[in-house]
Amino acid sequence: MSFLRKSIKLINSAGAARYNAKMLGCVSVQRYYSAKGQQPTTFPGARDAAFVNTLKLTMPEDYAPIPIYRVMDRDGYILNESEDPQLSRETVEKMFRDMLLLSTMDKILYESQRQGRISFYMTNFGEEASHIGSAAALNMQDIIYGQYREAGVLVWRGFRIDQFIDQCYGNVDDLGRGKQMPVHYGSKELNFVTISSPLSTQIPQAVGAAYALKRRPDNDSCVVCYFGEGAASEGDAHAAFNFAATLECPVILFCRNNGFAISTPSNEQYRGDGIAGRGPMGYGIATIRCDGTDVFAVYNAMKKAREYVLRENKPIVFEALAYRVGHHSTSDDSTAYRSADEIEVWNTFEHPISKLKSYMIHKGWFNEHEETEFVNGVRKQVLKQIAISEKKLKPNWREMFEGVYEQMPEHLLEQQREMERHIEAHKQHYPLKSFKQ
Amino acid sequence: MKVSTLARGLLGAIKSSAPALTRSHFTYYPTKFSKGSGEVQKMNMFQAINNAMDLALEQDKSALLFGEDVGFGGVFRCSMNLRDKHGNDRVFNTPLCEQGIAGFAIGVANTGATAIAEIQFADYIFPSFDQIVNEAAKYRYRSGGLFDCGSLTFRVPCGAVGHGALYHSQSPEAYFAHTPGLRVVIPRGPIKAKGLLLACIRDPNPCIMFEPKTLYRAAVEEVPTASYTEELGKAEVLREGKDVTLIGWGTQIHVLLEVADLAKKQLNVDCEVIDLVSILPWDTHTVCNSASKTGRVVIAHEAPFTQGFGSELAAYIQEKCFLRLEAPVKRVTGWDTPFPHVFEPFYLPDKHRCLSAVKEIVNY
Repeated sequence: MSFLRKSIKLINSAGAARYNAKMLGCVSVQRYYSAKGQQPTTFPGARDAAFVNTLKLTMPEDYAPIPIYRVMDRDGYILNESEDPQLSRETVEKMFRDMLLLSTMDKILYESQRQGRISFYMTNFGEEASHIGSAAALNMQDIIYGQYREAGVLVWRGFRIDQFIDQCYGNVDDLGRGKQMPVHYGSKELNFVTISSPLSTQIPQAVGAAYALKRRPDNDSCVVCYFGEGAASEGDAHAAFNFAATLECPVILFCRNNGFAISTPSNEQYRGDGIAGRGPMGYGIATIRCDGTDVFAVYNAMKKAREYVLRENKPIVFEALAYRVGHHSTSDDSTAYRSADEIEVWNTFEHPISKLKSYMIHKGWFNEHEETEFVNGVRKQVLKQIAISEKKLKPNWREMFEGVYEQMPEHLLEQQREMERHIEAHKQHYPLKSFKQ
Repeated sequence: MKVSTLARGLLGAIKSSAPALTRSHFTYYPTKFSKGSGEVQKMNMFQAINNAMDLALEQDKSALLFGEDVGFGGVFRCSMNLRDKHGNDRVFNTPLCEQGIAGFAIGVANTGATAIAEIQFADYIFPSFDQIVNEAAKYRYRSGGLFDCGSLTFRVPCGAVGHGALYHSQSPEAYFAHTPGLRVVIPRGPIKAKGLLLACIRDPNPCIMFEPKTLYRAAVEEVPTASYTEELGKAEVLREGKDVTLIGWGTQIHVLLEVADLAKKQLNVDCEVIDLVSILPWDTHTVCNSASKTGRVVIAHEAPFTQGFGSELAAYIQEKCFLRLEAPVKRVTGWDTPFPHVFEPFYLPDKHRCLSAVKEIVNY
């Protein structure tokens, strides 16, 4: 009995200490507690909560929205010198060039889909900074799980133009062997897990991978999982946040909140404080929200996030706010559900590339001529590669049966042979010439 | 899925006062271990599975075991003592979320580590259907072999248990049999369960082992204590016969073995009994050899009739053994209804229904 009393007392005082620490460190406006003099409770489901004697609904408005961290203003001026990441000219130039490369490649591949040369495409317009800024803050051994609009991460890691375009054509040099739709990239070498279409499925997977990494001796790799704010509505997102928290996984849950999921604006997607708002109170996860059009803000935030997840073996919810400047995909015309004026704002002075450009101008690092040359160079390279990739043969059709299992089982061998016999007899009806023999 | 634990407790209490409710629809036919000698120990199926996982965790330090309530030993006791022995970072509870368990398992396997994931009841595997069908099964294929989740195994208690009603009785193997990229196996007892589970854990493809939960305690055999594996994708002829081929898997095997005895005794009909073991990929050779020999086939499974895995077998046998068949292939299965509570004795493809099917096709 006495032991029990004592332990309850201990639990209570520990709870109270934690509670106070929380209140002091909290940014939110929390008006609903009359905590003074109250003993924290010992309900197992909410050990740190205090009793109140007045009934009051806890309203969403009781919390101030999580602030948006930024480093530069829209004109490319550093707002707080102590937050300037002081990146070398070389690094900033690589950031700028990679963003330009992505954007230039996007424009041409978008057009080439319009001309019917590839079957599908998705651009990254307006979100270049969140890709490049986050990728730049990571190490190569960190494993990336993406949604489909993170090609900039691959650009930063060194995925080549020919690799992008070969994938879109599904030709014999496509690493994915022509099995998936365009923009479903993957690279073992660059630790970028192959994209798949079902939204959010990658999020709990990223958490599992992070758990496995954590168990490796002297682990110095984390996992970063990208997803849109629409995808965050899926059950898998909930699963992932909760598993990441309870199983303490070094994973950065990176939400690209660009305001739209195809045509659905974010106010029809959720009513809370974005995705960041779910982190701290909802799942007990440390959270960062930043300006996703500010490459330095994303960079700084990711640096900090990476340090945190590896030091603590705990997850981070990371929300980068931006605007989807392009259409959802080549199958979408976004002017059907939003105004051209609105798009224009985000395509000009709120655009991540123009912000970084302004910064470089202030630094005296920008050279108009070099930029034009670079863009023209990329244009030429992409156009040339399209011509090459288009002409390349597709993989041997027999590969259709490969990779279902590690080894081809008997019934698949049999089906492959059946198709061989069929093709032998009906050659003229199949596009064999375009496929490697 | 806590309700299940509660339900088991309640039903356990009812058991003693109302034996009619829990009459068993099968008599267990133990297996003898055929592959060599070595130390054996009497184990029921949950103990054999526990032993398999113990060995897997011991031999492969990357191996993890997780799911709902796995930490304290599992609601069916399959993971008993494993947390104490191998550490709570290797044997642990997850939040109550099947899609999370499946997704998490895939991620673990993506890194090359071994994942043994438990879904508490097969009836609750459907929230993870997307992760299993769209993700796990297609990982290697869609990435051109760059990534895979082959080191992943799902353990899933399934099948009738006497009083499980709609959500503690299902046999969902046919849903998964339609998914290229998966391996699906079902053991009929402890020896098979241990060997299959170890084979699944080591197999470089994502595997699902459905474990007939009614056998966890009811099935007792002399199980080798050492590590061994059963071949995946391989059916087993348990009894040779010349008149009728009986095909089943899991608990149903024991029904069919009894049917074979009854057919011999009552009808003087000689039945060949095949345990299919692997639902995907399945052993077409063993099945077709037998069907061609006997010319008559009865397929029996607990799952509903329409689009049950029996349909696949029947169609395949019809296509490959057409000239050898003496009668239409007969399927004896659960009815096309949800799995009922008090009507379970009328729902299951029990020995009487199977035996009358044998009679029917012998007289065809």
